[in-house]
Amino acid sequence: MHAEILVRMVNQIAEFYAAGAEPEVAAREALSHVQRMWAHRMCRQIVEIGAADPGLSPVASRAVQLLTEALAAKQAAG
Amino acid sequence: MYAIDHIDCGTPASASEKLVTIEIDGHAIAVPEGTSVMRAAALAGTSIPKLCATDSLKAFGSCRLCLVEIEGRRGYPASCTTLVADGMKIRTDSDKLSQLRRGVMELYVSEHPLDCDGCPADGHCELQNMAKLHGVTDNVFSADGRCSERITHESKARVKALMTDDSNPYFSFDPSLCIACSRCVRACDETQGTLALTISGRGLASQVSASAGESFISSECVSCGACVEACPTAALSEKSIAALAKPAERSVTTTCAYCGVGCSLKAEVVDGKVSRMVPNRAGHANQGHACVKGRFAYGYATHPDRIRAPMIRAKITDPWREVSWDEAISHAASEFKRIQAKYGRGAVGGITSSRCTNEEVYLVQKLIRAAFGNNNVDTCARVCHSPTGFGLKQTLGESAGTQTFLSVMKSDVVIVMGANPTDGHPVFASHLKRALRAGTKLIIIDPREIQLTRTPHIEASYHLQLRPGTNVAVITALAHVVVTEGLVREDYVASRCEKDAFDKWRAWVSDPRHSPEATEAVTGVPAATLRGAARLYASAANGAIYYGLGVTEHSQGSTTVMGIANLAMATGNIGREGVGVNPLRGQNNVQGSCDMGSFPHEFPGYRHVSDDSVRHLFESAWGVELSDEPGLRIPNMFEAALDGSFKGMYIQGEDLAQSDPNTHHVVAALSALECLVVQDIFLCETAKFAHVLLPGSSFLEKDGTFTNAERRISPVRKVMEPLAGLADWEVTQKLANALGYPMNYAHPSEIMDEIARLTPTFHGVTYEKLDQLGSIQWPCNADAPEGTPTMHIGSFVRGKGKFFVTEYVATPERVNARFPLLLTTGRVLTQYNVGAQTRRTQNNVWHSEDTVEIHPHDAEVRGIGDGDWIGITSRAGETVLRAQVTDRVQPGVIYTTFHFPESGANVVTTDNSDWATNCPEYKVTAVQVVKVEKPLDWQVRFRQNRESRLPTRRDVTFETA
Repeated sequence: MHAEILVRMVNQIAEFYAAGAEPEVAAREALSHVQRMWAHRMCRQIVEIGAADPGLSPVASRAVQLLTEALAAKQAAG
Repeated sequence: MYAIDHIDCGTPASASEKLVTIEIDGHAIAVPEGTSVMRAAALAGTSIPKLCATDSLKAFGSCRLCLVEIEGRRGYPASCTTLVADGMKIRTDSDKLSQLRRGVMELYVSEHPLDCDGCPADGHCELQNMAKLHGVTDNVFSADGRCSERITHESKARVKALMTDDSNPYFSFDPSLCIACSRCVRACDETQGTLALTISGRGLASQVSASAGESFISSECVSCGACVEACPTAALSEKSIAALAKPAERSVTTTCAYCGVGCSLKAEVVDGKVSRMVPNRAGHANQGHACVKGRFAYGYATHPDRIRAPMIRAKITDPWREVSWDEAISHAASEFKRIQAKYGRGAVGGITSSRCTNEEVYLVQKLIRAAFGNNNVDTCARVCHSPTGFGLKQTLGESAGTQTFLSVMKSDVVIVMGANPTDGHPVFASHLKRALRAGTKLIIIDPREIQLTRTPHIEASYHLQLRPGTNVAVITALAHVVVTEGLVREDYVASRCEKDAFDKWRAWVSDPRHSPEATEAVTGVPAATLRGAARLYASAANGAIYYGLGVTEHSQGSTTVMGIANLAMATGNIGREGVGVNPLRGQNNVQGSCDMGSFPHEFPGYRHVSDDSVRHLFESAWGVELSDEPGLRIPNMFEAALDGSFKGMYIQGEDLAQSDPNTHHVVAALSALECLVVQDIFLCETAKFAHVLLPGSSFLEKDGTFTNAERRISPVRKVMEPLAGLADWEVTQKLANALGYPMNYAHPSEIMDEIARLTPTFHGVTYEKLDQLGSIQWPCNADAPEGTPTMHIGSFVRGKGKFFVTEYVATPERVNARFPLLLTTGRVLTQYNVGAQTRRTQNNVWHSEDTVEIHPHDAEVRGIGDGDWIGITSRAGETVLRAQVTDRVQPGVIYTTFHFPESGANVVTTDNSDWATNCPEYKVTAVQVVKVEKPLDWQVRFRQNRESRLPTRRDVTFETA
């Protein structure tokens, strides 16, 4: 899947949850949405793209960072 | 002519719960107060003679045939217009009554030929029956049994003046058979609400007239057929009956396969073929009504284009090869297995269809989850109402509308947003128009002036003609007015909604930047208009919101749905009759396909695949380990196909190549698949990229259920055998077995039994109960054994209702100097969705090509005239359509439909989508239009190869005299 599309999607999600919310809260809401709605291959791909991608908004970037940590924890748990 | 198995009680039922006891011909009977004497007699088993009365219409009292004697009353009152009173003693038959009725019949027969042989209504004609009953076999107004000189002269003159009107493709009007009972006129008024018919002239010159003496096809008539059904003779009669020239043998009650209203229909059958469809007067959703599609456009089911044998090919450039079912199924299964072995379990997936039954949808998602071993299942609701499922689940706790359609009769104010009910959901529109004529107020939120905005009989109080893509800003501005003007139902919110979320929302929405004045520049809606609409809705005792794809098919579709729920909760408008949030689903089984677990993250009943207890329930029932990872959505599947990680698809009853946005992208993705299995009744656009084609079965060829927009589960019953030998559920079962996953259902009722066992909202649903009740609105379980007409009474499904902040975010699809106009899309009454069904019927007479509506100003500055070819170019592609210059659209906006593949509406739509669900943003595409000389080459080829050879309106002769 094109990185540009995934970045756009996660930015859109972050933008919704960022409205009227603290950035950290919004990032966690965005994370929850991605985990519940996205196929894991898409999750893995956005993690590969990385939280540092310049196309990501700050809240989206934080959500990707949280997703990275969550996937790592899941992998560690086996 | 009403349905062959209908027992007509003459007048509608009374809604009163109070009973009164009367005596009819010496027999006591208790009936609801407000019942007519005629109906009471019918309920007592006595059929009082009648001609102008039928139980779908209000009593009229004109034919004078239904006279009765009532003890203590003078004269002979008409039983249709006389209401029962406690203790009333009625006599329905006596020598005097017979004499009076015979006299009436003699007058009727003097004006109506009794040459019944060959008449389409022969054997089912009410006039013929009444004449026989009263022993009137000939005209008694002349000694030789022929018409008197006066009547002969006048009748002949009349008949000459009134030649048969054959202009409508489905029914004809023969004025010589008309008895001027006004049933057709009243049906058009009361049932349909179009008021296209009238009785013109007086006395012997009285005649039914469409509009101002026009032919039916040229008049305002919308061809719903209510007049035809109401006609007691063959003055108005279906051409299909005349063609078969035989009385119907049987009637099968089933459910319409078109829009989300889900009308109950009776299919009458002659020699194994449908002779006509008659709306079921006991149908809860449609109340005995239907539209031009449901009543008449069923001919596609036997169209020569139907695929009747399975076919396979190695490459999509190869010719098709007809094979046996076994070979096709075996080939498909081996290909899927090969792909999974080579590329991994997740390299295949499938699509369920909103045109298939619940049972079929359930089986396809089960096959994908259990036999494919992944959750790569999606449904066409992805591209229409997925934001509804998401938005209502978040706010209210259930992914479904809250009301029955008839609830609108108890609404004081109705908002119709992003929907065009007269075209998209015509039978609901008839209910709504009835409410509007009774005083309900209407607010329309739509970029375009839809028909409900203003007609000679109804007019919206407000039309918020917003710019496409600004729904969220408008909904938020409405809420701003509610909150800042003290119109919040504080008691309701305090007791039923989450306090913290509401407080946060209230503070946010109160910000002046959300005021109508502040948003006017963005939305284009004058602030005063918006304020007026907000006050009207919020101050209504019962305010209801009905919305359609104009809400969901946006990059903020889910946000708008949540905004609508916010508004309804803030004004206390959820949880009783007359209110609610009501998605108008586009297709007949959109609700059902979503209920049945078609989304890649949810099992049936909207339960997440990662929920261990739910997953274990299904694993136990299905005997296989299931994935806890959400699968790919349709657009994700396309992306994965293009990046090489997704190689095989099973698509049942969905034409992605025509219905999904950005056609070039879709075609590229489909072309990249190594195995595409399409199960469809026609060689659709998607099938052109298929390697295996499995013949589908139409709704007439199988048993099952559909679930409409009211959550109403209705029976689909087999009328004829599958043309290719197998119903869709049988094909899926065979494929599952060939894949090595056993399925052994003997009948769809067994599938429903399994659905009921595994889905709490369906626990109480059985085929027996459906037969008994006619239909059931879920949830149907121990708490609600006969279903749930109104949701969220007392509390929300999620407990407390939750407000969400719904910030407006402008779509990335912006106008600029290169693309200065916004294209939006919709439907017309006579065509349906991508047109696969309706294009193969006579409905082409009304709409034989898609056109583009453009405002006179935009047309003029581009030198475009009505009927000119115009090229439409977007960031995604280009197409050419004819211009229709009209001020129905606002300057800066153009509008088209997508019923014909050669229109290429989705060649120009982009792949922007809803943030939460990936529902495509069909409703906003920035375009430029220019006058051109001709369509594009590919369009010309398409037109030349048009599968439908049916006549267009240009081929029809309109003259009737």
